[in-house]
Amino acid sequence: MALHVLRGMVGLLLLAQASLAGAVLSIEIIGAGENQIPLAIVPFGGDGKQARSIDEVVKGDLLRSGLFRLIDVEGKSPHDLAEVSYPDWQVRGADALVIGTVKVQANGRVEASFRLLYVVKQSELVGQAVSANDDQIRAVGHRIADLIYEKLTGDKGVFSTRIAYVNRQGKKFSLIVADSDGYNEQVVLAQTEPIMSPAWSPDGSHLVYVSFETGHAVIYVQSLYTNQRIVLANFSGSNSAPAWSPDGKQLAIVLTRDGSSQIYLARPDGSGIRRITFSNTIDTEPNFSPDGQSLLFTSDRGGSAQIYSMPVAGGPERRITFGEGNNYSPRYSPDGKGFVYTHFVNGKFYIAMQDFQNGQVEILTTGGWEKKPSFAPNGKLILFASEARGRGILATVSSDGRVQQHMFTQSGDAREPVWGPHL
Amino acid sequence: MKKLLIGLVLVNLLVACASEKPKEPVAAAPAPAPVVEAPAPAPAPVPAPVVEVDPLNDPANILANRSVYFPFDVSAVQEADKPIVLAHAKYLGEHPDRKVRVEGNADERGSNEYNLALGQRRAASVKKMLELGGAKASQIDTVSYGEEKARCTDHNEACWKQNRRSDIKYQ
Repeated sequence: MALHVLRGMVGLLLLAQASLAGAVLSIEIIGAGENQIPLAIVPFGGDGKQARSIDEVVKGDLLRSGLFRLIDVEGKSPHDLAEVSYPDWQVRGADALVIGTVKVQANGRVEASFRLLYVVKQSELVGQAVSANDDQIRAVGHRIADLIYEKLTGDKGVFSTRIAYVNRQGKKFSLIVADSDGYNEQVVLAQTEPIMSPAWSPDGSHLVYVSFETGHAVIYVQSLYTNQRIVLANFSGSNSAPAWSPDGKQLAIVLTRDGSSQIYLARPDGSGIRRITFSNTIDTEPNFSPDGQSLLFTSDRGGSAQIYSMPVAGGPERRITFGEGNNYSPRYSPDGKGFVYTHFVNGKFYIAMQDFQNGQVEILTTGGWEKKPSFAPNGKLILFASEARGRGILATVSSDGRVQQHMFTQSGDAREPVWGPHL
Repeated sequence: MKKLLIGLVLVNLLVACASEKPKEPVAAAPAPAPVVEAPAPAPAPVPAPVVEVDPLNDPANILANRSVYFPFDVSAVQEADKPIVLAHAKYLGEHPDRKVRVEGNADERGSNEYNLALGQRRAASVKKMLELGGAKASQIDTVSYGEEKARCTDHNEACWKQNRRSDIKYQ
């Protein structure tokens, strides 16, 4: 078999802010996927310290997806194809095998070459080298995990994507951007007034959010490259709930300048503000469909908080959640076939998903203080705010509800998380 | 209306405290005590300017109540709290130079954004009643903190009922 080693570089979003080193304390995984792929990952050869870091990231990412079961590699340590004996791995029950080596180059860059081998057919699925500066070693691991995930599941990996959330510690609020596993936290904004509702631009270059730093809720748009920001909306009352359209050309926002909370459209520079809902009730939390044609939003026009949909161009609003309890914070799935939302019933918050076609509702979590779900860009995982051991934490659940993970940040309460796009 | 005559120094002190914690007028009491005694030994030589105390600063006056409370997901001012809001409305009507900021808050049940909207509506309903009672719209600013500035952070009704609130704050 021919050896194709492709050269890849890790594209990184470089933030202007200082990193908070090692801020994630622990990640706990609950449950397991239905059909886990048995996978053997041999510890990478070469530079020991860097190799261990990369191994740890790759294994952590794949395990957290819930789709893989790691096979014991004790006693075997092939690093090249020539050293691989497929029968050894067949005996151990591995369907696939990952081998590789890590080198630190003269210019300080770290390069990891790896191969993903399909044990069942004794063939190579991927052979690639991934490199990055040594301070971005985790990014190398995430990229490798993405390639393995993609080959073995057929879905695009999301381990290299980023998330944003608000951390609250006493009276201190920080807007944080972190890797998908919660590591590599970067502080985008820190202050003693509340921060709410971060949302990503579709290209991942900007965050839009709500800050109370001037005494009331004002919407800001901030570049993650230059750290510069502009005021998107600052009318009297509240300016909040921003959501970017998929083409990046407009945002849906919520203003109270004309009375109750209503939905408006605005350009990313804050110009061209135009009202699109006309109720006397609360209309908030707009979210664009992936095709940019429709909005989901929360409204209490029917007497309690429920989810509604409407065409962005204007037109009839339609209620789409029914039954006992209240519903909030809708977000479309990336394929537009359904949406996730916060379901509140009998004193508990749950993360729920509804299919547009058949209207079927699935409650994905066991209930508690679970709020503000958002899909990973591949639609396979949902990030949300939860609570454990008396603290606000980040959590994910697989879209089939089978696997959950809890991410404990070092201190404070994590809230208002949102998953960023593929970069 | 009850009127008090007290030293200017004390009035100033009370004015300073008045906007702080209306629900706990007792907390403000210990501080002025030593100050009152200080000018006492020399009553005659000082011009001793006396003023009428602003009823706003009288802890026994209904105006000392600056918060109104709401049931879950409700933003209409409740019967029990109407006299408080109307007393402030009357005061504002009689003192056109005074301005208030009405701050709406919500408990943590609901989404942060829904609660921001609910807090705004709670502030707006108080504003509306102030206007009906004689205050001018230009005297009243509204703001919502939603569930972001909770006074109490436990997950129980004892806590939540304190957070479902609009505060009338004199500027």
